Amino acid sequence: MQAIDQQEATTATLGDALAGSGITELLAQLDRELVGLKPVKSRIRDIAALLLVDKLRSERGMTAGRPSLHMCFTGNPGTGKTTVAMRMAEILHRLGYVRKGHLVAVTRDDLVGQYIGHTAPKTREVLKKAMGGVLFIDEAYYLYRPENERDYGQEAIEILLQVMENQRDDIVVILAGYKDRMARFFESNPGMSSRVAHHIEFPDYSCGELGEIAVAMLTQMQYRFDAEAKGVFADYLAKRMALPHFANARSVRNALDRARLRHASRLLAHPDARVTDETLTTISAADLRASRVFSDAADTDKGEA
Amino acid sequence: MMTNQGKRLTQGQFSYLPELTDMQITKQLEYALKKNWSIGIEYTDDPHPRNTYWEMYGNPMFDLKDPAGIVMEINACRKTFPNYYVRVTAFDATRGVESPTMSYIVNRPKNEPGFGLARQEGDGRQIRYRISSYATDKPEGERY
Repeated sequence: MQAIDQQEATTATLGDALAGSGITELLAQLDRELVGLKPVKSRIRDIAALLLVDKLRSERGMTAGRPSLHMCFTGNPGTGKTTVAMRMAEILHRLGYVRKGHLVAVTRDDLVGQYIGHTAPKTREVLKKAMGGVLFIDEAYYLYRPENERDYGQEAIEILLQVMENQRDDIVVILAGYKDRMARFFESNPGMSSRVAHHIEFPDYSCGELGEIAVAMLTQMQYRFDAEAKGVFADYLAKRMALPHFANARSVRNALDRARLRHASRLLAHPDARVTDETLTTISAADLRASRVFSDAADTDKGEA
Repeated sequence: MMTNQGKRLTQGQFSYLPELTDMQITKQLEYALKKNWSIGIEYTDDPHPRNTYWEMYGNPMFDLKDPAGIVMEINACRKTFPNYYVRVTAFDATRGVESPTMSYIVNRPKNEPGFGLARQEGDGRQIRYRISSYATDKPEGERY
């Protein structure tokens, strides 16, 4: 009897803890606002669960070593690596893992100096700025340039490694880049690979997901497709995905930006027409059909069109 | 010297209190960062009260969000200069203020010999006073 009571008390606490932590809303919000990205979401869910359980464990006096949360995001262009990194800072802050929850986004130029003795202070300054939050290194593979043995990138990597190891409590480092190049980067820097606990791969979006993303982007910009345009955009995506240099959500954004241009000039072509909210917000099929992807889909050299 | 009780340099904030722990330093830094003050770390081996310009350890730190980075630098400075005075200075760059707002010692030599007071008799039996640290009788770098 007593055992059952105790068990009940425990389960109640777990539920309370979950409700009190706000994790459920956080994950729901993530599901709402980010389309697709299954592996990413499930990893975030795992991390959230671990942090919650660790908190409960430490409340009961059990050992709860802080998990290492350095991450590596790999994926094709436009799969949402940067977007998720921005979110990650906020998520980890709400989970109580990082103290401040700001994100410092840098590339090679911000870390690597131009002459001897320039790199270390530069890298340390960036690291100091990122402490208490997340350091996001975009295109991280550029840090290491094997073709130039006097490159200062190696020095930056060494300082990064040292801080990633010794000050795990103060900073979370997220590396991002294209998959094959990151693989090569880790191959030549095994120390880095083993210090990054989470290697998360961002899958390409399916056609349907890209459509959803387009609608979300339009809503954010206060535009919408009319009934016909929706179908045309699906066609457009199917054709565009087959072309080279397809950059997932980024291509969608570019396509929408160009559609907005055409929409604006279409409106200006009829200066005597009445301006209504409807006309100002609706992107019609004609705005999309004018794209070069439709006119010369066979001409694959053009890339973005 | 009059301010030399217990052979302990009393300059800046908190100098009559026991040494600040790293936790307490972190709290003080947190306060300074909240006020948007930039923070510098300085060291010297000449503790004369009129020696206001100490050497800077690294660049002053701007735009930090969290004290962890500063504590890291403080520890690096302590490691490099274990037997020097090290202080943390917060600077308020607000237009019209533009001056240090906090300053406290975070590291001191193991043995502080204190200050000596010398009297000099001048014209008309006027007395001039001069103080100097016993440590500064030795050349720079060998004082503590």
